Amino acid sequence: MSLPAYASTGQRVWYYSFRVICGLIFAFLIIPILVIIPLSFNATDFFTFTPEMLRLDPEGYSLKHYEDFFTDDGWQAALRNSFIIAPIATILAVVFGTLAAIGLSQSHVPFRRAIMAILISPMIVPLIISATGMFFFYSAMGNFLEDTFGLSQDFVGYIKIILAHAALGIPFVIITVTATLVGFDHSLTRAAANMGANPVTTFFKVQMPLILPGVISGGLFAFITSFDEVVVVIFIGSASQQTLPWQMFTGLREQISPTILAVATILVVISILLLTTVELLRRRSERLRGMSPG
Amino acid sequence: MSSTDMDTGPVLAADGTPLKKSLARALRRQKMRALMLIAPLLLFILITFLIPIGQMLLRSVDNEIVSATIPRTVQALEDWEFVEGGAPPGEAVFEQLYEDMLIATEQKIHTRLGSRLNYEMSGMSSLFRKTNERRLGRFDLEEPLAPQFADIDEDWLDPEVWFTIQSNSDTVTAGYFLAAVDLQRTPDGIESVPDFSAIYVKLFVRTIILSVTITFTCLILGYPIAWLLSNLPAKSANLLLILVLLPFWTSLLVRTSAWKVLLQQQGVINDILVWIGLVADDNRLALINNATGTVIAMTHILLPFMILPLYSVMKTIPPSYVRAAKSLGATDWTAFWRVYFPQSVPGIGAGAILVFILAIGYYITPELVGGTDGTFISNRIYYHISSSLNWGLAAALATILLALVMVLYWIYDRMVGIDNVKLG
Repeated sequence: MSLPAYASTGQRVWYYSFRVICGLIFAFLIIPILVIIPLSFNATDFFTFTPEMLRLDPEGYSLKHYEDFFTDDGWQAALRNSFIIAPIATILAVVFGTLAAIGLSQSHVPFRRAIMAILISPMIVPLIISATGMFFFYSAMGNFLEDTFGLSQDFVGYIKIILAHAALGIPFVIITVTATLVGFDHSLTRAAANMGANPVTTFFKVQMPLILPGVISGGLFAFITSFDEVVVVIFIGSASQQTLPWQMFTGLREQISPTILAVATILVVISILLLTTVELLRRRSERLRGMSPG
Repeated sequence: MSSTDMDTGPVLAADGTPLKKSLARALRRQKMRALMLIAPLLLFILITFLIPIGQMLLRSVDNEIVSATIPRTVQALEDWEFVEGGAPPGEAVFEQLYEDMLIATEQKIHTRLGSRLNYEMSGMSSLFRKTNERRLGRFDLEEPLAPQFADIDEDWLDPEVWFTIQSNSDTVTAGYFLAAVDLQRTPDGIESVPDFSAIYVKLFVRTIILSVTITFTCLILGYPIAWLLSNLPAKSANLLLILVLLPFWTSLLVRTSAWKVLLQQQGVINDILVWIGLVADDNRLALINNATGTVIAMTHILLPFMILPLYSVMKTIPPSYVRAAKSLGATDWTAFWRVYFPQSVPGIGAGAILVFILAIGYYITPELVGGTDGTFISNRIYYHISSSLNWGLAAALATILLALVMVLYWIYDRMVGIDNVKLG
């Protein structure tokens, strides 16, 4: 990819201008995300760089939007809801998804293609359509749960969103776990069984440690899907299940306040952490299976 | 075959059963075990996802409300035939209507029927609302009922009202689908609605045009990046890949709010343009709350979905082909266009269809940065769910969109295969 010594002037010009173009596209990808970080420390309530900020005057910066976020009841309730819904939905998605992925990776599965298509469908169907379908069905289901089991409306509201989010997260678990299982050596489980381990022991002692990276990254995908999801929550949730993205959505639509930028910055930090974890896991798993030298 | 071979019979397994049978049994057990592992998830997806979608499809044609609310009227109306400027149905029908409405008003479901029929013909909602319990209570049953209904509202004698009731008395209707493509049923057959209320076809076309534009800009921006990534040494490529993956992992709302901040009239981009002197301070660009805003923000959001499939295809193209072309005398451009580009077409197809499928169903971003002329069909669906409460129409619009996506998805499956979807 480096420029050969005999390159003509035209080639040189093109080589460098191509790099500049790529640099600009990378800037387009990354700058919008980075720009909100300094803006979230803005001392005023504006969404732009004030002269004080450009002069790097400490007066121009403050933590007041973060303070807002951590003291405001609405935002705190939203944060709590997000951290109730996303982990439970993730656990459901990971448990069901991993089992099914192991089933799917067996050598003789009837209707494998059709089953795969069904299990992946929540990822393919546009969210607005899933949300519309769920809106009709889940309200009926909610009424049924409330009437037959006498559950409180709040509790049923959480159940509805958790089930919906688990369904949306499952395709990611299926995809990542089946990908890890591609290189899985089935003679290992046979060997374990041969030496007297029962299927459960075999699963937890032999298979699980090997596919764990795939399970964890699938879980992280499922987590971020739920944590970031807003369309379905708006359709089937009620005010008491307001999540962080929902609160941001209303904030952006109605009374745009700079607190949103503080929240956004916190979320960017979270996604950097998640991304790093997934990348490390992916590399580790590839190394373990000898698929890449690095 | 000699007779001695026949005598040994089939090969036996250790427990004495024929080996063939024993193998078949083992295979069956294996299949069962695989299905047992998959079954819980299949059931879960069925209940939480597939049944809701199926129910939505049914709802888009469901029309039980008319025959359930005024069953006797519907039956009595069967013999009546609509004639342009002709007579309303006879006294017998009005007697049945009186019976039906007595029950309906008592249960307070007559207004629901009114708003349902109002989707087909405006004025029906107020007609049914006016015909309330109090007015019906004052009817003199000794006198003919038709004129008394006309006293409440002249429209009860309008044959078109009766045509609407009659044509919607079936338990399934195509009415929502007709409305979703700007058609309506009139006594003269199916006609297009008047221009001022025809919005859905326009909205579908706009959704498709904007999605194509977004796909195209993603391709223009994504192709060079994917090429660069696949031609750099692995170490630097991995580093640069993080710049692509970070936006992919960042919350959609974070990215949308970033664009809302950047694109505003008093936002960062306009500030910079004014500062450079490219635009005048009093003539700042309108970059948000229009189609431009939607295209910019959604290109940014969907770009990783274009780059990743392109990258995974380009990684597999051997660099020796281009070198061979050059050594045979091709210029850089010819070598790229005739040798490299055709090999990257599968990646373009996969990325383009993926981006298009994602774009066409987007709701959040168009809603926040799209204003009025940058919104999609999905915004209309949400409007019908939450504000106008015309759920049948929302279901019909969603069904059409789903059909469109399924066709694209089928193409994607043929080109790439569902099981070949890769993440990160």
